[in-house]
Amino acid sequence: MYPEYMRASLKKVEETRPRRFELQKSGKPVFPPMTAKEREEVLKKFHPDYRPDARRPVRIGPNKGEMMTREVADLLESYSRIDPTKFDLTRPDFETDILIIGGGGAGCAAAIIARQHGAKSIISTKLRLGDANSMMSQGGMQAAVTPQDSPTRHYLDAIGGGHFDNKPELVRALTEDGPEVVKWLEDLGVIWDKRPDGNNYVLHGGGTSRRRMHSCRDYTGAIIMRTLMDEVRNHPEDITVLEFMPTVELILDHHGRCAGGILYNLETEEYFVVKAKATIIATGGFGRLHIRGFDTTNHYGATGDGLVIAYRAGAKLLYMDSVQYHPTGAVFPEQIAGFLITEKIRGAGGQPVNRHGELFVFPKEPRDVESAAIIRECLERKNGIETPSGRVGVWLDSPLIEMLHGEGYIAKNFPAMYRQFIRYGIDITKEPMLTYPSLHYQNGGIEINERCETNIPGLYVAGEASGGVHGRNRLMGNSVLDYNVFGRRAGRYAAEYAKNVKLGRLTLDHVLEFERELKKAGIRTNRIAPILLPLYTPEEVRKRQLTARYEGTLR
Amino acid sequence: MKPKKTKKKIKNNPQLATEVAPRVEVIEREVPIAVPRKMVTVYIMGKAYKVPAESTIMGAIEYAGYQIKRGAGCREGFCGACATVYRLPGDFKIYTGLACTTLVQDGMWLSQLPAIPAHKPVYDIEKLKPDITAFQQLYPEIFRCVACNTCTKACPQNLQVMDYIQAAIRGDIEKVMDLSFDCLCCGLCSIRCPAEIVHYNVGILAKRLYGRYLAPRSQELELRLQEIRSGKYDQEYKKLMKMSREELEKLYYARDIEEEKE
Repeated sequence: MYPEYMRASLKKVEETRPRRFELQKSGKPVFPPMTAKEREEVLKKFHPDYRPDARRPVRIGPNKGEMMTREVADLLESYSRIDPTKFDLTRPDFETDILIIGGGGAGCAAAIIARQHGAKSIISTKLRLGDANSMMSQGGMQAAVTPQDSPTRHYLDAIGGGHFDNKPELVRALTEDGPEVVKWLEDLGVIWDKRPDGNNYVLHGGGTSRRRMHSCRDYTGAIIMRTLMDEVRNHPEDITVLEFMPTVELILDHHGRCAGGILYNLETEEYFVVKAKATIIATGGFGRLHIRGFDTTNHYGATGDGLVIAYRAGAKLLYMDSVQYHPTGAVFPEQIAGFLITEKIRGAGGQPVNRHGELFVFPKEPRDVESAAIIRECLERKNGIETPSGRVGVWLDSPLIEMLHGEGYIAKNFPAMYRQFIRYGIDITKEPMLTYPSLHYQNGGIEINERCETNIPGLYVAGEASGGVHGRNRLMGNSVLDYNVFGRRAGRYAAEYAKNVKLGRLTLDHVLEFERELKKAGIRTNRIAPILLPLYTPEEVRKRQLTARYEGTLR
Repeated sequence: MKPKKTKKKIKNNPQLATEVAPRVEVIEREVPIAVPRKMVTVYIMGKAYKVPAESTIMGAIEYAGYQIKRGAGCREGFCGACATVYRLPGDFKIYTGLACTTLVQDGMWLSQLPAIPAHKPVYDIEKLKPDITAFQQLYPEIFRCVACNTCTKACPQNLQVMDYIQAAIRGDIEKVMDLSFDCLCCGLCSIRCPAEIVHYNVGILAKRLYGRYLAPRSQELELRLQEIRSGKYDQEYKKLMKMSREELEKLYYARDIEEEKE
């Protein structure tokens, strides 16, 4: 339930609703979309990436000297969890064709396709299989399927949304494989929303010029992820799943090829050596770094582990100066602060409005532009609504959706969103949601080509951990597509590579070398990475955590 | 309208310090902190802790000082990692909920379930038929359902769990799909079931069978796939990929936008 003091503002939203409904019904943009110049202005002034202290040069490693998001540079300039000299790499605990690091959408897709190309794999995952951002995507997946659309149009939308920084060959792969992925997933048993004629029901997303967002109600990620996981588990003879066993370092061979990894059992605190002919990093993103103190829509394990281990092994990163803030994270009630409110709400006609009930931005700008416009509305124009805990946000007018599509549409198409709010006495069919941008996606990542190869032979990357596909800003629905397209490609190309490779002597020397470089650069830190899990212990508790010496596993 | 912000210093986890570490470095973050107004007592696995009254169970566990390893996932009600059972004072009932979306109550006695033991038979989707035989073959125990409705009462999503098991017994795959669509696989139904049914895996099977065999197919998709295979877009891709930033920009901002109308 909204507090009393918000009533006056809610009333204004109600009053302007009929007028905004007429606008929406006209089919024309309800607010003028920004020009290139306007976009640039609002981004420069209000997007968190452009704050003066948002970036700093990274001091060591393959991208030395390049500007990066401060928290990312901090994470990369860190020590290993292990002492590499204590490992006997001549006696691996596991041997396999492909080590897949990460059990989300990209990892599962890779394992399924690698198997079809004759490769056995081990999935190393930090939490449970499927504990990933893939599980949480609500709105949908882009793919150019309708007659008025085309893969090349999808290409143009994606590359424009990414401010033309995307790698062309990756955008082609993404958009050209799209329709095939729709079919592949349906054949595996994914249930797409359909029109009565059997064609897929598609909606707009921010920055799309054609309606091409395919969905499974608002549990799109959950339906896809659980289908992929179920399929992975149907092949225990070829795919071994190691849960609560994150990979904390990569292993190279003496030719510099990737040759597996060091796995850590989160519960028994043992380490294991996995020797693999090829390795795929599919560890997802970094939302749990809480960049600039933002809340995040991300999964508990989204701590950028893959970036760290790849960087230490010498892999080049791309666009690590750019962070995606989802325009509409929840800000009220406090318990769900930062939670994702799907872009599909705007796709279906929901409008962001200020405390006077007025539109202030075209609801379907690309995400960075939309976010910056919402921040401007709150911070500069002071047209936001403050919550009792001191947050600020704008309304996302959802009742409009029922007016547009008929009663019952929200219950049918947004069951997750409805549930999320009704728990706290807010009925989104009758009242709007209060929203503010929330840390959502790692736009950049480990640089790949269209075969998911990195600059390290034998190391492949797929999904959010990779960089280049989305330039400096991803469009909605392209991440679900990304992890499917590139998960599949990584599985295939890694399997083909694994057939011919003969590994040399295994080594962790690159870890020692990286630590020497840290010291040489005069970087004084005790930071250990991958951090694996974020720390939410209150300060009061940490003050009392005074163990001075550790004995065995008694930590 | 300026949001109040409290500066909160988050130090590196001292437990992770090693010999190579010359000194402690402090990461500073700006985190808006809600001021807790009222505290309540909860019993986390039997041990009493005072936590803010408006906490979720997950928030309370972390507030008390636990580092969760098992029992947290998406933290937003999509992944089912945080199944929790609890009792309330003066009440004999066992309640179930997700730690991330259930609020604490004064005197709540709670325990998370770190994992649910459940079987998942291996099968080849291409060799199954979308009818009752699939359930008979893979999940014969569903026919032991005594219709007690305990599963439905245990469901944190308020799904009609017993109804979809009954639909499975009748071989009505579409109904199982529809009723189990929003299932998070938290496993609370299965842990409460006297007939030892693994409801959520039955739901996944039904959904896959529906998507694979019963959902109407898209003609548009087939046409598009033929076009792509025939190389229809190759030329245009080549052209686009060669374009300069300026050319692309011009094309992008001039592109027409499909109307919203159906």
